Amino acid sequence: MERYYQPEIETASREQIRAWQDERLVKQVRNVWDNVPYYRKKMEEKGLTPDDIKGVDDLHKLPFVTKADLREAYPYGLLARPLKDCVRIQSTSGTTGKRVVAFYTQHDIDLWEDCCARAIVAAGGTDEDVCQVSYGYGLFTGGPGLNGGSHKVGCLTIPTSSGNTERQIMFIRDLSATILCCTPSYAAYIGETMKDMGLGPDEIPLKAGIFGAEAWSEEMRQDIQKTMGIKAYDIYGLTELSGPGVSFECSAQTGMHVNEDHFIAEIIDPETGEVLPDGEQGELVFTSITKEAFPLLRYRTRDICVLSHEPCPCGRTHVKMSKPRGRSDDMLIIRGVNVFPSQIETVLLNHGYPANYQIIVDRVKSTDTLDVHVEMTPEMFTDNLGEIERRQKELVDSLRSMLGLTAKVTLVAPKSIVRSEGKAVRVIDKRKI
Amino acid sequence: MSIKQISVFLENKPGSLYAMTGVLARNQIDMRAMTVAEASDFGIVRFIADDVYKATTVLKDEGYVHSVTPVLGVAIPDVPGGLNQVLEALGGADINVEYMYAFLGGKDVEHAYMIFRVQDDKAAYAVLRAKGIKCVEQDEISQL
Repeated sequence: MERYYQPEIETASREQIRAWQDERLVKQVRNVWDNVPYYRKKMEEKGLTPDDIKGVDDLHKLPFVTKADLREAYPYGLLARPLKDCVRIQSTSGTTGKRVVAFYTQHDIDLWEDCCARAIVAAGGTDEDVCQVSYGYGLFTGGPGLNGGSHKVGCLTIPTSSGNTERQIMFIRDLSATILCCTPSYAAYIGETMKDMGLGPDEIPLKAGIFGAEAWSEEMRQDIQKTMGIKAYDIYGLTELSGPGVSFECSAQTGMHVNEDHFIAEIIDPETGEVLPDGEQGELVFTSITKEAFPLLRYRTRDICVLSHEPCPCGRTHVKMSKPRGRSDDMLIIRGVNVFPSQIETVLLNHGYPANYQIIVDRVKSTDTLDVHVEMTPEMFTDNLGEIERRQKELVDSLRSMLGLTAKVTLVAPKSIVRSEGKAVRVIDKRKI
Repeated sequence: MSIKQISVFLENKPGSLYAMTGVLARNQIDMRAMTVAEASDFGIVRFIADDVYKATTVLKDEGYVHSVTPVLGVAIPDVPGGLNQVLEALGGADINVEYMYAFLGGKDVEHAYMIFRVQDDKAAYAVLRAKGIKCVEQDEISQL
């Protein structure tokens, strides 16, 4: 029996969702026109006034907002409320340049935590559960978002934040944590550490994990599920829009339901900016229609994915987005070929190698080189040197057919790749361009 | 019968072998025979230790990936044609030698001791025995 945190919203009819979106969009456009000079100027440049936007059908007329806009408007340029109404800021990790600062009213935080609560309930969470939040707390949205959601569901919340893996495992075991929230790479590391301690899936009390904030492959999911004996749910979000919980996975595990009562999702052609129909792959664009302090209209996420309105067996009616193939920030262009780290991860896991890898890109004599460092494991090791080299070559062949270019595979010592307690550092780009 | 060889994965870079022998040294483990097989970016160190259990335990604790492989320790008469005689026996029985290496200096002046990795160590042992060639037992290693 599927459970929902807000059933009347999560299973609302498509007509009802559309009605909410039409009404809230019109209101939001009026709000930014009145309160954010930056937006008014952008709209005026396109010859638009709030009267031109009568509903979702008119959304495509609005200009996009990009990360460059957020940088230009830093820190207060996109604020739609006086600072006295704001109670919190959160900030991005700044991995792709300057930090972005997002503002929240108490109402914004409330709605954000509702979104996280929906994700926890979709992962089977109830007030009987013990939910360990091992996302970083602080400026990063992961910890505060899931912490708030966990409170709303009524779970006993363990706010471990990230790091100190032994302590994480101690709390999971001593307090019988049933739900773990963290980045997938940290989940993999916690799982690996528990395995090294001799703990089998049956000895780990966890039943579910809510893992997001970075791209991860289906193979990595299977791996984590097996090691910990849990069901692993994906969660998606951006600080710019609120944080985790913009969309979340249900028991079907075939995509993440977008919380459409708060966010309108579009897929566009990243080259032309044109809106693409359902089922086509493109860049994900979000409009936050309920945000008070920091509303974003048509924000380009740079995430590449697909939307689907196919009915979901879980009963939720909100549109589903596929796992992003990777942020276009993560995309590497190597010898002119687009490469996503998640593609490399898929190949490694398919060959039985662990999800601990590092991609080193360099430029030697004006040619790009791609070197994938993979850790040797007891399972993959044999005394037969030829056998190891044969498997290494198989990996090179599979990478070539997946990526369309030749990569070097270097086998490195176990645990020699630094483990991440937050977002994993998968790529080291040494090219000086 | 066969004796136990420990094989360890090492990265092919300065200091990695030193780091591993350091682990063995600190734990008072005596190596009786040793060789390194290298590929382009990694290598496999193969060795015979006096105490296999202790050696594998400390290596595991230090995070080394390793495996234990059965090999034959053959006592070869230290006279011209000694090795030839061993290989003749194995070749005659159609047993392939994958690799071999020598024991480190021993007390026995009449024999040279060598490690043989063969596909079928049981068959090889029987063939050598039939020809009167002695193979070392696990518990004899520390006395060599």
